[in-house]
This record gives sequence, C-alpha cells and structure tokens, in this order.
Amino acid sequence: MAFFLETLFGGLMAGMLYSLIALGFVLIYKASGVFNFAQGAMVLFAALAMARFYEWIPKWLGFDNKILANVLAFAGALLMMIAAAWVIERLVLRKLVNQEHITLLMATLGIAYFLDGFGQTLFGSEIYKIDVGLPKEPMFLLGNVFEGGLLVNKEDLYAAAISAVLVVLLALFFQKTSTGRALRAVADDHQAAQSIGIPLGRIWIIVWSVAGFVALVAGVIWGSKIGVQFSLSLVALKALPVVILGGLTSVPGAIIGGLIIGVGEKLSEIYIGPMFGGGIEIWFAYVLALLFLLVRPQGLFGEKIIDRV
Amino acid sequence: MLYRENGQFKSSYRADQQIFPILQDRIAILLLLGFAFVVVPLVASNYLLTAILIPFLILSLAALGLNILVGYCGQISLGTGAFMAVGAYAAYNFQVRIEGMPLVASLLLGGLASTVVGVLFGMPSLRIKGLYLAVATLAAQFFVDWACLRLKWVTNDSSSGSVSVAGLSVFGLPIESPAQKYLFALVFLAVFALLAKNLVRGAIGREWMAIRDMDVAAAVIGIRPVYAKLTAFAVSSFIVGVAGGLWGFVHLGSWEPAAFNIDRSFQLLFMVIIGGLGSIMGSFFGAAFIVVLPIVLDNMPYWFGIPIDTALASHLTFMVFGGLIVFFLIVEPHGLARMWSTAKEKLRLWPFPH
Repeated sequence: MAFFLETLFGGLMAGMLYSLIALGFVLIYKASGVFNFAQGAMVLFAALAMARFYEWIPKWLGFDNKILANVLAFAGALLMMIAAAWVIERLVLRKLVNQEHITLLMATLGIAYFLDGFGQTLFGSEIYKIDVGLPKEPMFLLGNVFEGGLLVNKEDLYAAAISAVLVVLLALFFQKTSTGRALRAVADDHQAAQSIGIPLGRIWIIVWSVAGFVALVAGVIWGSKIGVQFSLSLVALKALPVVILGGLTSVPGAIIGGLIIGVGEKLSEIYIGPMFGGGIEIWFAYVLALLFLLVRPQGLFGEKIIDRV
Repeated sequence: MLYRENGQFKSSYRADQQIFPILQDRIAILLLLGFAFVVVPLVASNYLLTAILIPFLILSLAALGLNILVGYCGQISLGTGAFMAVGAYAAYNFQVRIEGMPLVASLLLGGLASTVVGVLFGMPSLRIKGLYLAVATLAAQFFVDWACLRLKWVTNDSSSGSVSVAGLSVFGLPIESPAQKYLFALVFLAVFALLAKNLVRGAIGREWMAIRDMDVAAAVIGIRPVYAKLTAFAVSSFIVGVAGGLWGFVHLGSWEPAAFNIDRSFQLLFMVIIGGLGSIMGSFFGAAFIVVLPIVLDNMPYWFGIPIDTALASHLTFMVFGGLIVFFLIVEPHGLARMWSTAKEKLRLWPFPH
C-alpha cells in the first residue's frame, strides 16, 4: 500500500510538471488557434538563457550573490522570451493570418528548429545546471501510518506547489484583468474581437510572452531536475497527450489531464510495464489519451466540436 | 509559344481523360523518364547517387504516400515514420525468416503489414478529427519505436534493435552498386506514382477529396466516411511501408529504429506541405527540397572556405532550415506545386500575354 501511494504521489508530481508545459500549449491555442509545436523549444531556450545568464551576469557586474544572480538571470531570460514573442508575431504570425491549421503547425515546427539552433548557437550546447535553491533531499511523510513512512521528493513537492500557484495566477489573469478578457474575446472570435477594437497583434505578443513565461518556469523547474540540455525540448512531447486529453482550449483541462497522465504513466510502468518488457511510459500516455478521446473527441474539457454543413 | 495546346483536338473521352492531356507535357514526361532511367545511371557519380538521388527517390515515394493521406484525404498524420518502420522491419522479417523469399515480394509484404497497422491506427480518425487526430497519430509513432526496440521477435533477436540485410538481388540480378540501387528505387517510384495518380483521379480519389473538404457534407451526399478514411489510411500506409522497406534495404543496408523516429515523420510532413498538399507532383518537389537543402547548408561553409566548428555548423543548419521553412510557408502556403502550375499558366501565354 505504501509503495502504491508513493507511486501515486510520484505520478501526481510528474503530472503537475507536465501540466505546466501543457499550459503553454493551451494558452497559445486558445488565443491564436495555433498549435504551438515550438513550446518544447521555448522551454529549452528559456532554460538555456536562464542557466547561462546565471553564470554571466555576476561576471559582467562583478558581484557574488546567488539570489540576486538568480533573480537577474530570471529577468534576463524573461526579456529574451518577450523579445522572441515579439519577433515571432512580427515575422511569422502576422504573415500567416487565416492560413490553415496545418500550415500554422508546420510554421511552429520551423520556429522550433530555429529556436533550437539559435539557442544553442547563442548559449552553447553543453549540459548546464540551474540552481534556484530547490531542496534536493527526500523526505518521509506519514511515518506513523506506514512503516518507514512515504518517500517523497521535496523538489517535486516544491515544483508542484509552484505550478499550482502559477495556474491560479493565470486563472486570475484570464478572469479578472481587462487584458485577460481581451484574450478570451480573441479566443472566442478573432473578427468580433477585432471589430470592437481589440488589437490582435498586441494580444498575440502578450499571449506568446505569457507562454514564454510559462516555458521559462517549466524550464527552470525541469532544468534544475534533469539539467539543461537538448533533451529538455523533448519534454514537450510528453506534454502533448496531456493537452489533447484535457482539451486544447481548457486551462483546467491541462491540469487535470496532466495529473491523469502522470499517474497513469507511473502506475502503468510499475504494474503493467513488466508484462511487456518495460519502457512503456512514453506510448502509454498517448494510448491513454487516445482511449479518452474515443469517448470524448474534444478532450475532457474542450469545447464541443460542432460540424455544420 | 512552344507550350500551347492550340490545335490539339480531343475526339474521344479517352483522349480527354488522359493523365497529361497536353502533347508537350507527354513529351516532357517521356524525356524526363528516359533521362532518369538511361542517362542518370550512366553519368552520375556514386556520391551523387548514394547521398542525394537514392534518398530523394525513396523519400518522394514516402511523401507521395503521406500526401494521399494528408493532402487528398485531409487526415493529418504525425506517425509516418512509424509506418515506414513497420514496412522496413516486416520486410526484414519476411526476408530473413523465409528461405528464398524474393526481394520484391518481401518489400510488398512489408507494405501490407504497414497497411494493417495503418488501418488499425487510422480507426480513431472516424471519431477524432483535426489536431486531436494529429497528436493521436503520435501514439503510433511512439508505440512502433518502442516495439522495434523492445520486442525481440521484431528484430529477429538482435539486442540493440539494429538489423542488416546483404546480398540483395532481383530476378537473379544483383543490387549492389549505387546505379543498380538507384534503378531499383526508380522503378518502384515510377510504378507507384502512376498508380497513385490514377487512384486520385478515380472515384476513390474524389471521395477522399470530398471527405477532406468537409466530411459532414460528404457523408450527406452518400460518401461513406468509414470506407473513404480507412482506404486512405490503407493506401497511404502501404506506399509509406514500401518506401520504408526501400529505405532500410536499399539506402541504409543496416538500420536501427532511430532511422524511423519522429524526426523522420516531421521531415516527411515538411515535404508534403512545402511541396504542395494534394498534388502528386508536389511530393517530388518537396522531397527534392528537403533532401537537398540540408546537404547544401552543411557544405556551404566549405565552399566559401569559412572555417567553422562542426557543432556550430550543425546549429546554424538547424536555424537556417527552420527559418527557410517559415519563409516558404509565408511566401507560398500552397507549396511549390502551386508555383509550378502558376509558371505553367504563364508559359502558355508567353510571349504574348494578351
């Protein structure tokens, strides 16, 4: 039982991290109808920027304070992401308005290639580490209920907490601020939004910046967990089933989808995996999402797809 | 002036419905085929054949298959690499496990195996649509990647999943030298291109296109979505599977599952989009573009004598490749095939545009 609960916890924590990346997808899809394959590349780019600024900024400015360096590096990386959002809107999205989904999808794949190459040219391609002071040591919970207690990774716990806070902040931003309302209006109907005077271009820059911010947070958390390296951009592939499971247009969907996928993945790896020779995590998530979609083709919380002739 | 169909009267339905109704087109295509079959193997260097022409031929075949699914039937698939892998590994198993299996037969049987897998993973398309389907097809990609690595009987008990074939021959003729390999691939491509062209011109192709344009409306006028979508998946994955077999047998010789990973799927999708959705010709253009571009980009620094570190060069290649993809999508979202047909329209009026 204790082992089962440990796995369950591990799955929930991993799920929070997946939903963090899935959030980036959902934000951009909601606001601009673009399925952003570059989200993984953005995570890598942001994490690389963060890791390198953390080394460079103290050297340039000549101080030695870990917290200040982290804060400045975070700010620097955020600026990079905003600049990237601006450039993407200017050079790509604006020219591809009203194209088909698949063309836009391919364009974001192009952006992904570009960002992968650009980030590694600019920041180098070795393995870097991010140290924002997340505690590494494991801790034991409920020692009085189970013998030896439940082993939980503290780092995961913090990461999950950060994701939860981020989600709440984003929800508030979407529901309560006027920019958030404008974003939702654009998501509902581009033309209607434009006709009541919402500037599409600016909205897109904001959305891509917010997605960049989410990518940065995801990059920092994943980066301090597994190190900043090229494989970080592949994490996005693990978030894709989360996105379609939860529904492309739903923020809560991304969270709950992430939790389902995280738990399903870990439990399947332990209880079903040995039957097939292990390593089934990666496709199990997709098959799980596929099964959910067969019942609800628009994902758990996605908008119902209505076909009209 | 030269390219004009004035005076070419069609007096029968047969003449009106042929693939190339314009005489000049027929002559051009015959010349091109003659050039490809006779001149190229004689004059092309081994480097040109192995590094560019053979990959181009095989990948155009795969792009052709994918174009049937994405361009004609409108079902986005990100799992093409998986269907290639199924074709390659199934053909390998037929070749190795059955004594005296002819090469062509095992390639075609590999294609059939790929068809079965394709139809299986195509079933969800009856319920799931659009981007949801695109992501769902990734299930095929990751599942097949995993199966080739972990299931021992797929790779005939090789430990790392890498397999190799040697001593290929067809009807007693060896397939060893680059020129022979080139011709072998070319024959496959020519036959399948002709078949595909005729399929998409026929009743079934029209059904696919109706489904692509609007599946509800198509269903209303009596097209069975189940039949149309699943045949598209079947035909597409058959061609892609044969291309996968060729890629493994003829181009690589020995391969491992990574040869058919998700990057391959993206690469093929790029070919189809850049070449032109819903165009047989476009598949060739796209394949040529995507095969040649990285080679040009890789060699660019050497041509200009710029000393450049290999790691940096590969990152720059990534950047330029990504940038060019975006550029092409912006300039001509309908692909190179559209440019080609615009050019042909212009040519018909040239040099008197009024």
